Amino acid sequence: MTETTKAPKTREPAPHTAAALALGDDALVLSHRLGEWAGHAPVLEEDVALANIALDLLGQARVLLSMAGDEDELAYLREERAFRNLQLVEQPNGDFAHTIARQLYFSTYQRLLYAHLAAGDGEFAGLAAKAVKEVVYHQDHAEQWTLRLGDGTDVSHERMRRACQALWRFTGEMFQPVEGLDVDWEGIRTAWLESVSAVLRRATLDVPEGPQSGAWSAGAGRQGLHTEPFGRMLAEMQHLHRSHPGASW
Amino acid sequence: MATAAHRITRTPEEDGPADEAALAVAYEAAFDAAVAADERIEPRDWMPDAYRATLVRQIAQHAHSEIIGMQPEANWITRAPSLRRKAILMAKVQDEAGHGLYLYSAAETLGTSRDELLDKLHSGRQKYSSIFNYPTLTWADVGAIGWLVDGAAITNQVPLCRCSYGPYARAMVRICKEESFHQRQGYELLLTLSRGTPEQHEMAQDAVNRWWWPSLMMFGPPDDQSQHSAQSMTWKIKRHSNDELRQRFVDICVPQVETLGLTLPDPDLRWNEERGHHDFGEIDWTEFREVLKGNGPCNEQRITQRRRAHDEGAWVREAAAAYAEKHAAKNGAKIGAKAGEAAA
Repeated sequence: MTETTKAPKTREPAPHTAAALALGDDALVLSHRLGEWAGHAPVLEEDVALANIALDLLGQARVLLSMAGDEDELAYLREERAFRNLQLVEQPNGDFAHTIARQLYFSTYQRLLYAHLAAGDGEFAGLAAKAVKEVVYHQDHAEQWTLRLGDGTDVSHERMRRACQALWRFTGEMFQPVEGLDVDWEGIRTAWLESVSAVLRRATLDVPEGPQSGAWSAGAGRQGLHTEPFGRMLAEMQHLHRSHPGASW
Repeated sequence: MATAAHRITRTPEEDGPADEAALAVAYEAAFDAAVAADERIEPRDWMPDAYRATLVRQIAQHAHSEIIGMQPEANWITRAPSLRRKAILMAKVQDEAGHGLYLYSAAETLGTSRDELLDKLHSGRQKYSSIFNYPTLTWADVGAIGWLVDGAAITNQVPLCRCSYGPYARAMVRICKEESFHQRQGYELLLTLSRGTPEQHEMAQDAVNRWWWPSLMMFGPPDDQSQHSAQSMTWKIKRHSNDELRQRFVDICVPQVETLGLTLPDPDLRWNEERGHHDFGEIDWTEFREVLKGNGPCNEQRITQRRRAHDEGAWVREAAAAYAEKHAAKNGAKIGAKAGEAAA
């Protein structure tokens, strides 16, 4: 942290900065949500697994935010409207099924996107090459749980069905182009839909219906328009840092 | 390795015809000889029932402490003031869950199960360390826990790496390495606060003031009131008395607190030239007993959260079990079908 106590100015970021913020905020916010599970998981192995995924994501966030500026200034001193994460990752944990559905949707997206970026020679290739190894594990974890919950008991099937349905409207946003990334977004969407549909079918779940994008889908996180729970999450996350302007930790 | 203990490993086949009473005497003598020779007792070796019971009690309590101990620190994960500190804290809480897993596994080698032990924790029949019944009220508490609580735990646990029961000793080797790392991180956190703004310094001092005495209580009651000590020392489960370890810890902390630029909240603390140790004030044993009885500041909250996590997770565990059963049946059917084909 630098000595400055001023909030970062809202200026138009350079394209690669915009992309670093978008990807960095996704990882930062989802990591925070997973951190909320610590000590609350259904079984000890999941306390370990969820913390592990949270740590991977936080590591990615730190690299990405550092590409855009000072990591702590960006994490702790921006207000809600300046965050560029997807609305999907800011959704509250809900029950374990909601957490898993959110993770399945996001990890599948992140794996496809990072594999694409790792294959290129852009600014994010290095980070993506390292991160994609972690994300493959996250996706596998989410898939394995989707199968167990979907194809477990009647209760778990119903909970998983509801979770997949509830979060579906947040998935369309993932395929909106991110400024500064040269990506075949339509290709990623097709691959994502194929991958997620295959897992859901194996889990005896229907692929949710309804708009994935369009007027009734959610998705303006990349423009800094978030859902209501996000402000409260940030209040908690930033409160201590903001209470001691200029301090080092 | 052929040890005295291994020579008396019993198998069901050997058990049958022998004279039970004579065997029991021989087993006990071989066990005592193995312990006296500093050999490790392993899961399949004969051991006295009371040795088994005391180990189950101690390892379970240790495992429970790791998982209840996640709560006071996890309380600050979402408020950690920098991303670096947040990552360190998350990793630490994750390690604690891992330590809980090693220790439940070690306990299971003695013929109990994790489910059974968790059930005893949830119903209050088994305890966890008294320290985790104190609240984490500021960020500095995370540092004080690392420095003092992990420091006290290490002082207690390093001798356990030489404990007579092999699986416990080996778990402790791994755990102590990670705990030492956590302790240094906690110390460094406090040092940063102590050298920071006046508010941060005050926060650090306040945390040390609140955690010092409870940390000294982690070594257990005074030697003359410790009910399990003598037997545990004979069995080499324990290597040093509570008061010895407590003294060692105080002697370690005094120079460290000076480097931190902080003080310990004990007006009677002073170097005793004659003893070559620090004298320190009287511990409030009434408070200690109250906390152990369940009347500490967070006892109710800690156990309620643990039970709630377990109860609310029941449907997830049931789903995993149902899935495993279905797919084991399917795989079994496939294997059966293949075997049938092969036979035909």
